[in-house]
Amino acid sequence: MGATPYIGAAIKRKEDYRFLVGAGNYTDDIALPGQTYACFVRSPHAHAKIKAIRKDKALKAPGVVAIFTGDDLAEAKVNGLPCGWLITDVNGQPMKEPPHPCLAQGKVRHVGDQVAVVIAESTQQAKDAAEMVQVDYDVLPAVVRAGEARKKGAPVVHDIAPDNICYIWGLGDKAAVDKAFSSAAHVTTLEFINNRLIPNAIEPRAANATYSRADDSYTLYVASQNPHVERLLMTAFVLGLPEHKVRVVAPDVGGGFGSKIYLYAEDVVMTWATKKINRPVKWTAERSESFVSDAHGRDHVTKAELALDASGKFLAMRVTTTANMGAYLSTFASCIPTILYATLLAGQYTTPAIYAEVTAVFTNTAPVDAYRGAGRPEATYVVERLVETAAREMKMNPVEIRRRNFITSFPYQTPVALLYDTGNYEATLAESLKVADVAGFSARKADAARRGKLRGLGYSCYIEACGIAPSNVAGALGARAGLFEAGEVRVHPTGKVTVFTGSHSHGQGHETTFAQVVADRLGIPMDDVDIVHGDTSKVLFGMGTYGSRSIAVGGAAIVKALDKVVAKGKKIAAHLLEAAEADIEFKDGAFVVKGTDKKKAFAEVSLAAYVPHNYPLDKLEPGLNENAFYDPANFTFPAGSHICEVEVDPDTGTVKVVNFTAVDDFGKIINPMIVEGQVHGGLTQGIGQALTEGCHYDPQSGQLVTGSYLDYCMPRADDVPAYKVGTKETPCTHNPLGVKGCGEAGAIGAPAALINAITDALGVKDIEMPATPQRVWRVCQENRIKAAA
Amino acid sequence: MYSFKYQKAKSVDDAAKVISKNADAKVLAGGQSLVAAMKLRLAHPTDIVDLGTIRELSGIKADKSAVTIGAMTRHAEVAASAEVKKAIPALAALAGGIGDRQVRNMGTIGGSLANNDPAADYPAGVLGLAATIITNKRKISADEFFKGLYETALAQGEIITAVSFPVPKRAAYTKFKNPASRYAIVGVFVAESGSGVRVAVTGAGPCVFRVPEMEKALAAKFAPESVANIKVPDKNLNSDLHAKADYRAHLITVMARRAVEAALK
Repeated sequence: MGATPYIGAAIKRKEDYRFLVGAGNYTDDIALPGQTYACFVRSPHAHAKIKAIRKDKALKAPGVVAIFTGDDLAEAKVNGLPCGWLITDVNGQPMKEPPHPCLAQGKVRHVGDQVAVVIAESTQQAKDAAEMVQVDYDVLPAVVRAGEARKKGAPVVHDIAPDNICYIWGLGDKAAVDKAFSSAAHVTTLEFINNRLIPNAIEPRAANATYSRADDSYTLYVASQNPHVERLLMTAFVLGLPEHKVRVVAPDVGGGFGSKIYLYAEDVVMTWATKKINRPVKWTAERSESFVSDAHGRDHVTKAELALDASGKFLAMRVTTTANMGAYLSTFASCIPTILYATLLAGQYTTPAIYAEVTAVFTNTAPVDAYRGAGRPEATYVVERLVETAAREMKMNPVEIRRRNFITSFPYQTPVALLYDTGNYEATLAESLKVADVAGFSARKADAARRGKLRGLGYSCYIEACGIAPSNVAGALGARAGLFEAGEVRVHPTGKVTVFTGSHSHGQGHETTFAQVVADRLGIPMDDVDIVHGDTSKVLFGMGTYGSRSIAVGGAAIVKALDKVVAKGKKIAAHLLEAAEADIEFKDGAFVVKGTDKKKAFAEVSLAAYVPHNYPLDKLEPGLNENAFYDPANFTFPAGSHICEVEVDPDTGTVKVVNFTAVDDFGKIINPMIVEGQVHGGLTQGIGQALTEGCHYDPQSGQLVTGSYLDYCMPRADDVPAYKVGTKETPCTHNPLGVKGCGEAGAIGAPAALINAITDALGVKDIEMPATPQRVWRVCQENRIKAAA
Repeated sequence: MYSFKYQKAKSVDDAAKVISKNADAKVLAGGQSLVAAMKLRLAHPTDIVDLGTIRELSGIKADKSAVTIGAMTRHAEVAASAEVKKAIPALAALAGGIGDRQVRNMGTIGGSLANNDPAADYPAGVLGLAATIITNKRKISADEFFKGLYETALAQGEIITAVSFPVPKRAAYTKFKNPASRYAIVGVFVAESGSGVRVAVTGAGPCVFRVPEMEKALAAKFAPESVANIKVPDKNLNSDLHAKADYRAHLITVMARRAVEAALK
């Protein structure tokens, strides 16, 4: 009891039991009385005018309850989906924000665009009837690639953006950068594509909405990472419903990786339709639907240049990126290739001048938004590919060139707006060199050569920014939402504790990590603490979980509320112990009169708060329930060093990742086992991007070629090695736990390490991601690379 | 999935009767291709006749000269069979490399051959080993059986009951998998027997095929270097996002060489 150092302990996850025994409760598990089922009619074309929709035949199909189209939503004055971040372009003009209708209005703009919804007594009946909805299309030419969208004469996706440009945005001192380049001893230039990815959470998106005539209220169960944000956007901007009449519940959610942050059309349509039909209506995406309708990630075309002096010191960086937004602006799409990308281009280095220009374009593809890493993997890829390439071109050791340019004193103001509070890049690099046994690499390379294989080593010293904040700064940069988090600590009379958090766990293990923080702070057993999240009717407010913000922002809000609980407890204890409040200290789960053995246990104080017989009622309210809102002073800046070792079979082009080392600085670590799990998952997704995952739209037809697992290659267990991981801790200086966040680091650092390793093995400057066997083989053919032996 | 009528076949003749009468009826073996296609609404049979309850269709018999495998024998059973491992280890290994564990526990040799997916593994083993396909009506040699993309010599109402593999002197199967689907982009089965050498290639073309030039070279000398420089023309090979025809042609040579190496081990 008490005094248990839960923070820092590798405790098994509390939530695993229910997941392992199949006792989880996901949106699709929820069946409501009178349940109906929805199926969406989706566009088979990338770009087409809708001439007519005929639903008479489908309406007569067995079990059909209702069919709605864009006309029905327009008539009901349902708005389109909003974008949550306004980007102002280089000329001071606001970005182009074309309408994003929940059901198509006259035109479809990508394969999978939702055209109509069919609601029936069963899913099968809804699907049968959906096939009978006849839509006459006038097919238009499509454009799917970012580079093509900017060309003259390209098909126009939205009339309000005749050049397909959403915005052209810039960050940094262009003149200073141009000047540095003109006098540089060496310039390294790379042009590459950061490949589009499809998120593929194991639980597909789902929504089940129900309306109550009794009090004119709605409940929406939805696979979401941020139910309060979903409710706010839906009620205030789209449906115009009173916010307090809508309850949004995100129950167990099977992974999100960003794809479940957004307000999606299907969620709105379910919520609107349930009142129309006065019955609950549920939609669960099929996997092939997820492929065409979930928000995708990445998809940049970039030219990047690094100017160096003769000694390898970085002088300036110039980056020009075209970012594919897809057919519509998803909820946070606009800030990903700008605020979360260009600001990270300093990396771990003292590059004094940086300029980035980003052109965001519309194409006839699924919308693109944040996906694990969100802008930061793209930035790290730019920086770490440039740095490694520069080292090779200047015949410098890639470790040495990094060391020569590391930021070593903090706080550090980068030329791209961020203020790094703390870090120790040499520490993570040095540790990673040891763990990866870089010293033994040349022997391993020689051995591989004897077996006809090519070994390569690649580095990636990444930095990321988590817990995007503070709200007022984000607001000045165009954010249309706050970026704080809320928490509530409800101490029950017996001293048991329920904590309500605005963060949302969809695989991260918050029920364990947050309980560790609470139990540690209150000196009570972890079993006495439950964490509640994901329900707007229970949790006071929440901005949700994305951008690795939960522990740094959500955890900090809980700590603030815990501090209030302890402060009030001291007042109660002072009364009970007949001591001055200033003499009470809270230690090991008890309120103690300093320097004495007089004390009251936490549960004794909580009982007194709820049974206030001996209680200072004249000065203090009864009860022990506190909440807090926490708005961070700054981002946190996790950083680390990844080292990847690959073996390439030049005969087939197969790349095997033989070693992968990640030494990360996540600040203070609450649960090292959960952190390691997050690192493993992130690295695997990063390896997926670099090696296997490539979303491919046919450039002529705009059809999604990689529309199933037969063609879209998710990384599997046998694609990745047994990771070697380590951590170094420099605590964050501005949040009460000293934590930084760890959810995305793996996905951010890994792709550059991998491509650096492959290009090292092959002795080539670049290879496009994903480095599939065919692509690697072609590079071998073009460069006459053969096995050494 | 569209609705359909399901029935359990009492016998092969019984099943044959149903599918002879109705072109939209389908025989269900392991269901690893058919059920997936039905779930995606790509296949819409009106009737399904399940062979799963006909016990005599399942099982492995082996003697010195041949291994005979019942049509409904699951891939996992072939992979684990001590008899197959002893007589034709390459065949057991091939079966053990099909799909994933779930597929191997459900999928059957007869189903795979009747479907004749261009990227399936069994066709390479059957053609490479010069096996005989036994149906409810006749015996068909492997060379006669595979007709084209998803096409076989099976007539309407004809059902595979077993496959008989002559025991080779040595054999091996080497596969280069599609990273996403894990189907063969190129799979090469090499077998040497008293009657000569056969090289069968799956995945690369619309249908499994033999490579006579490699067979001739290996008959002269069964060694990896015999095939190392033999290139199969890429003219009629498959070409897709994962592997264009020239890459597939190259992989045939590499996989053939490695199959010979493996057969000699």
